[in-house]
Amino acid sequence: MAELRYVRALNQALSDAMAEDPSVIVFGEDIAAAGGPFGVTRGLLEAYGEDRVRDTPISEATIVGAAVGAAMTGLKPVVEIMFMDFVAIAMDAIVNQAAKARFMFGGQGSVPMVVRLPHGGGVSAGPQHSQCLEAWFAHIPGLKVVCPASVADAYGLMRAAIDDPDPVIMVENKALYARKEDVPDDLPAVEIGKARIARPGRDATIVTYGAALYTALEAADTLAGEGVEVEVIDLRSLQPWDEAAVLESLSRTHRLVVAHEAVEAFGIGAEIAARMADIGFDELDGPIIRVGAPFMPVPFAKTLEQGYLPDAGRVADAVRKTLA
Amino acid sequence: MPSSSAISPSKARPGARKGSNTPEALLALYRQMLLIRRTEERLSQLFADGEVPGFIHLSIGQEAIAAGLGSVLERKDTIASTHRGHGHALAKGVDLNGFFQEVMGRETGVCKGRGGSMHVADMSAGMLGANGIVGAGMPIAVGSALAHQVRKTGGVGVVFFGDGALAEGVLHESLNLSALWKLPVLFVCENNGWSEFSPTSKQFVAPLGKLADAFGIPAETIDGNDVEIVADTAGRLVSEIRKGGGPRVLECITQRVRGHYEGDAQKYRDPAELKDRDKIDPLPRAASRLSVLGVSDAVLAALETEIMAEIDAATEAARAAPLPEFVAAQADVYTPAGV
Repeated sequence: MAELRYVRALNQALSDAMAEDPSVIVFGEDIAAAGGPFGVTRGLLEAYGEDRVRDTPISEATIVGAAVGAAMTGLKPVVEIMFMDFVAIAMDAIVNQAAKARFMFGGQGSVPMVVRLPHGGGVSAGPQHSQCLEAWFAHIPGLKVVCPASVADAYGLMRAAIDDPDPVIMVENKALYARKEDVPDDLPAVEIGKARIARPGRDATIVTYGAALYTALEAADTLAGEGVEVEVIDLRSLQPWDEAAVLESLSRTHRLVVAHEAVEAFGIGAEIAARMADIGFDELDGPIIRVGAPFMPVPFAKTLEQGYLPDAGRVADAVRKTLA
Repeated sequence: MPSSSAISPSKARPGARKGSNTPEALLALYRQMLLIRRTEERLSQLFADGEVPGFIHLSIGQEAIAAGLGSVLERKDTIASTHRGHGHALAKGVDLNGFFQEVMGRETGVCKGRGGSMHVADMSAGMLGANGIVGAGMPIAVGSALAHQVRKTGGVGVVFFGDGALAEGVLHESLNLSALWKLPVLFVCENNGWSEFSPTSKQFVAPLGKLADAFGIPAETIDGNDVEIVADTAGRLVSEIRKGGGPRVLECITQRVRGHYEGDAQKYRDPAELKDRDKIDPLPRAASRLSVLGVSDAVLAALETEIMAEIDAATEAARAAPLPEFVAAQADVYTPAGV
């Protein structure tokens, strides 16, 4: 066991993948010489050289488009878009090219590439540096979307994403980069599409992912003091998501809350709620309640952003409401 | 004519140029052009008859560019194409039967009928796909060239794009990145003067050559309707790129004979633009040169017969081929487990 930061776990995963497979290359804005704005790629240039670790100009559309072409020609590119918000410029390459290549070319080949997208608020970064846009990608057939919350999963999902033959959107919450955990020395890859029970409980289920996991766990602590034992499920993968694990938990607790930092309307939670209302209808003893950000851009001022981000109080209230 | 053109194909005299090609080499180029021309004429008929679904965009009049480039590229080289990409696919070596079966929406098509005319691709032939998005092939070719460079394959990435793509932002990003990284990539602009339904002269102000110059990329503008000029120039540029010279830009001035898509009435276009078509059409021009080089009319007639037989056979094979099944198509969205 050793203490490891989330950002170092990502870095280690990239380094281990590059050491094992010469076709893995990394490129993006300021990721080589400067080591990345959040330090995720620090040291890779020195270890693997400028052929495989490349600083790009500020050209998001071409960064991702080039990843598609490189992936079609024998490489496994991992590209970084500095803030998830900037991916709006690169959507054609992801949505029309990477996601569709396998299908529209009749399964001739896959496009093994990873697009790393740091998301999330809480640092007064304002409306264009804070958004959680993962639902956009989960809506597109052909893409996989993962969002690790724990340090072990940061490593394991990065390795799985790089190994995956299809394009994977790797969503990393900026607030988690500094997080520390004790983890085993030899971390395994984590299968894409499998959730984990982060806290077992019998009275209600909270389904969540990313940094909102810690909000949900805080709410579960509060509710435990009231005699309510909440089960918290960390989805880890959003596309595909572990429908069976959520249904299994619901079949024991009969109450469901879905919590995420992203805007609540038309979000990941809407999909989970709708599926469970369908396939889990007979298990439900209360309404499915979503907790997400309000329908507004992420605000800048501290007091405003505090009001915007879903907190443990709102998650606990949602559980109380479904139990009422 | 396109404002950026330094060359006016309409003034070129058929057969006047002394090319460096042997009769055999020129005959091979002519054959490739004729195959593309007759294939697209057949598709036009099949489309009108309702046998080709969706949209098709024909490259009739522009065949010299596909044939010229195809003649200098190797199997390992990779191309990214456009919605007007039938010729590129055939010239890069996509099988004629698989091509017809794809465009006619059959399970046995090169893409199993999932993509159709706008998405013909054959990874085994280095054809990374026609593309329904204007300009989208540029960063794909740049990335493919990056893979050639990193993997030291000795291969070259080529992107075909029309003058309508000049105003797309990815052109500028792709020129810059390829120059910055000295990537083995050739940018081939098929400048036919039209951006879909609008003249490019009313859409874009900068000549491509000057743009390339600004990025320090050597660029040439040529008569894209002379297949020998295209083959000679492309051969030279590809050779320079293969030797590590970095990116090159090749602007081929040409003419779009048909509408933007089949069924386009082209009410926006002056019919006089095409009145001297025979003088600039790459096929009669190459035929005249072949005649000068001593190739007889009988040889060309035999070639015509041979190609029509191939196209007839491909058409019949596609008609007889099975239609795709929905369930199997769903299985192609993601790579199956264990692959």
